[in-house]
Amino acid sequence: MSAQESVAVSSETAQQTPIAQKKRSAEERYYYASQRELIWWRFTRHKAAVFGAVVLIVLYLCALFADFLSPYSMDTRFEGYQAAPPTPIHWIRPDGGFQPYIYGLQRKLDQKTFKWIYTEDTSKLYPLRFFVRGEEYKFLGLFKTNIHLFGVEGAPIFVFGTDRLSRDLFSRIWAGARISLSIGLVGVFISFTLGVILGGISGYFGGVVDDAIQRVIDFLLAIPGLPLWMTLSAALPRDWPTLKMYFAITIILSVLGWTGLARVVRGKILQLREEDYTLAAIGAGASDWRIITRHLLPGFTSHLIVSITFSIPAMILNETALSFIGLGIQPPAVSWGTLLQDAQNLTAVAQQPWLLIPALFVIATVILFNFVGDGLRDAADPYQR
Amino acid sequence: MANHTQEPLLEVRDLKKWFPVSKGFLQRQTGFVKAVDGVNLDVQAGETLGIVGESGSGKTTLGRCITRLYMPTGGKIIMRADGETMDVSALKGKELSAFRKRAQTIFQDPYSSLNPRMTVLQTVGEPLLVNNVAKGKELEDRVTEIILQVGLRVEHLQRYPHSFSGGQRQRIGIARAMVLNPKLVVADEPVSALDVSIQAQILNLLLDLQQKYQLTYLFISHAMSVVRYVSDRIAVMYAGKLVELGPKQELLSHPKHPYTEALLAAVPKTSQRKRGMRLVSAGEPPDLANLPKGCVFVSRCKYAAEICQEQAPVLRPLGSDSFVSCHLAESLTLQGI
Amino acid sequence: MAASANNPLLIEVKDLQTYFFLHEGTVRAVDGVSFNIYEGRSLGVIGESGCGKSVTAQSMMRIVPSPPGREVGGSILMYLRDGNGAAEVVDVLKLPAGGPKMRSIRGQQIGMIFQEPMTSLSPLHTIGDQISENILIHEKGVTKKEARERTIEMLGRVGIPRPQRLVDAYPHQLSGGMRQRAMIAMALICGPRLLIGDEPTTALDVTIEAQILDLIKKLQADLGMALMYISHDLAVVGEMSDEIMVMYLGQVMEHSTTDEIFDNPLHPYTVALWRSIPTIEGKLERLVPISGSLPSPFAVLPGCRFFSRCDRRIPGVCDAAPPPLKEVVPGHLVRCFLYQ
Repeated sequence: MSAQESVAVSSETAQQTPIAQKKRSAEERYYYASQRELIWWRFTRHKAAVFGAVVLIVLYLCALFADFLSPYSMDTRFEGYQAAPPTPIHWIRPDGGFQPYIYGLQRKLDQKTFKWIYTEDTSKLYPLRFFVRGEEYKFLGLFKTNIHLFGVEGAPIFVFGTDRLSRDLFSRIWAGARISLSIGLVGVFISFTLGVILGGISGYFGGVVDDAIQRVIDFLLAIPGLPLWMTLSAALPRDWPTLKMYFAITIILSVLGWTGLARVVRGKILQLREEDYTLAAIGAGASDWRIITRHLLPGFTSHLIVSITFSIPAMILNETALSFIGLGIQPPAVSWGTLLQDAQNLTAVAQQPWLLIPALFVIATVILFNFVGDGLRDAADPYQR
Repeated sequence: MANHTQEPLLEVRDLKKWFPVSKGFLQRQTGFVKAVDGVNLDVQAGETLGIVGESGSGKTTLGRCITRLYMPTGGKIIMRADGETMDVSALKGKELSAFRKRAQTIFQDPYSSLNPRMTVLQTVGEPLLVNNVAKGKELEDRVTEIILQVGLRVEHLQRYPHSFSGGQRQRIGIARAMVLNPKLVVADEPVSALDVSIQAQILNLLLDLQQKYQLTYLFISHAMSVVRYVSDRIAVMYAGKLVELGPKQELLSHPKHPYTEALLAAVPKTSQRKRGMRLVSAGEPPDLANLPKGCVFVSRCKYAAEICQEQAPVLRPLGSDSFVSCHLAESLTLQGI
Repeated sequence: MAASANNPLLIEVKDLQTYFFLHEGTVRAVDGVSFNIYEGRSLGVIGESGCGKSVTAQSMMRIVPSPPGREVGGSILMYLRDGNGAAEVVDVLKLPAGGPKMRSIRGQQIGMIFQEPMTSLSPLHTIGDQISENILIHEKGVTKKEARERTIEMLGRVGIPRPQRLVDAYPHQLSGGMRQRAMIAMALICGPRLLIGDEPTTALDVTIEAQILDLIKKLQADLGMALMYISHDLAVVGEMSDEIMVMYLGQVMEHSTTDEIFDNPLHPYTVALWRSIPTIEGKLERLVPISGSLPSPFAVLPGCRFFSRCDRRIPGVCDAAPPPLKEVVPGHLVRCFLYQ
């Protein structure tokens, strides 16, 4: 059938004025856009959110390629460089040419305080080189290589200084990022699965099941989080291997995390169940399965993504807090929380302020996630039709 | 117009829909909201029965029980179509699916009645798909045919609801209701969310479709003027009860129930502009969880007698084709339009 | 308007333009609207959604949500009279929207009631507190006790039963109709010269609507206020108004006395509206719908705004330049080239 036959009563989109082709095609694009595309368009308008998303992606990539990015392994000790400050990087050579380079460090014992004092030895200059060969590692666990993004031959480089066991903090931060950043994702994944299933059951079936699940949630929410986690993680054997410990801690963190998501899911399902389009689908004869998968679930995925984006930073903070007090990730495994353990006493922080750099990473990550979450929430605003 | 010698398409007998009310910390059930409470009516094939009432009168709930969007609490709904007789509230599985093909709903809110994540093709095609009537190319052909009938265009098929105006969205909702070729369509306030200049488009479309497909309409609205335009007979509901039912002209010019009279008097009329005060019925509708013992309208009725306080009236025939639920109907002379 | 010449002028709106600056473009919600409101008279405004009727009222109250909205042009002259009849003329658009002068105009000079009472009633305070607070803010030297007594009196006046008790009720404890009455009491408590009703009965049931309309009419007569009544319901506006303004897409299409508008409509839009609306009385004929739908709010139309849907349009004339609003019969203004 041709379009002309169909004009009937309405000629609703009749254009009165000639419009530029470009504007027209933009309108067309809008007509055919799905909800997902609309949300994406609104999200890209939110500058802070886009910035946050880009930086977060970079952070995660850095964590993924930590071995390549850092000049040393996280356990390499540099005898004679205990608690050394960040190595200054110079850019202009004494003879005027541009080249990043560093000087070697000399240390001297302060006779009064018995602290090591590091000074630059300007007699010899060590150029900074890229794609240098250094310690061997397994690239993404696939093959062995020894190429690092940057390095210096002849002298060590400590971008963020070293800790009291003379290990390079820069390398350790990226190693820690792997655990700290991923624990948020894995933990949220577990919370999400529990939350969607239990919240969904609670909302769709209602009645006694709903009541039972809601009381469990009330109970869990009534327990103060930190003492619960402390109790649970104190019960873990200290001699578990790193990986096992990691998952145990993640599960402990997720024990409370799913409750919030379950409430979001339940609330949304209750709301969407009352929407006329759900009734229309029932009236059309659609099965429960189709109603859930076609009409209910897609209706709140955007809200779920928003809640998830806000729960990841909370997870990261919780891990950091737990590890900081020594009940989370255990050394020799490294997370930002364990790195911060070194900054626990005031004198250490006063004398080696670079030990606080991991905290900056934690703060930045949390803020960036909140930027992204804000942007997503505005983009998925349910009041915009 | 209805042919009364035939058996009715739809028979509603003593229909009840009560919603439980829970209160307090333990969510104990404390009573019922009697949204629909003992409604009797017949709908003849091919007619439009208008159902008028204010919010809380139970008109929407009645419509939703008839199309089995709600399960009635009590009573019977019998539908006769294509030689089959169906007891609507007892249907299950295949039989329910067969019923759904014959009774569809048009919803009030053109915004919430369309899933924002489905295209026009998916929305209008859903009833065909889930009832295994058609799929693939055939489904697309049938959807195309019906959307042309409701005044949309082929290029609209792949668009999402957000790109349409309220009037166009309502056309999509009408197409979805019509695509299974139903016998009975419950139109629940189909124009009250639309702009005044769009309402006539949709009303005329509904009338044209009725003629073309010999549809039977249950047309629910709070607006007497709209019901007057589309209906053959009108039923008036108040607080979950049917108070009066009769042929359109008879009911409008000679109302038999005091509430009908009050409703007609309250409607603003262009011929009465600046004509001072109208006959206004004082008071407000009763609490549906706590209905009076006698007539539901008794507290607002200016004719109320003692019997009205004591005994609830039942719907009974009065005159040739009318039914009224009022103890005093014979003795009252009420003013219509 | 000739019909209103006997009453002194209260508000003079001249060429009002209120635009909304949105990401997607500029919406010219009110675009060159002029009208007068006279003491004690009532003006009805009819229009569909998006015609600018509410934004016009919001501009007069200076409560247009900003951003994105802004009054970009025109003037709204308000004649503030003291007891002796001497008038001070204030351009409302020149006042700071949140300043003390504007605040005193809102409430003491203009009261407004809305479709949804909850927009002006706070759920956290009793209706009595909210109403008497208005007295305490606007009138110096009134004690709390006096304010409460006046509130109770006003609640009784708007038909709230047992006002001595319900003065301490919270809004959610009242029915929709009772809330609307409480909002009317709040709008009238400081004795405004003008009451603006922005679809105040649209959300109500027919019988309750009739009660509220009668109440507004009675209060208007008792208090000698002017009334600006905004609605999409022609019959309601017809009942409430001495004169009627028909708006479409931010402009006044036709403006005359109520009888003229109903008995002798001139603008094709008004005529088409009349033919497209089902009525409760008169002959039952097939309705003639207005074809098409409203153009995009962002559209910039060079000619008449109703051109695309008009059944008497003159191509080349009506879509070339905007028609002016012209007095074609004494007291009857029409914006249409058919009457130039």
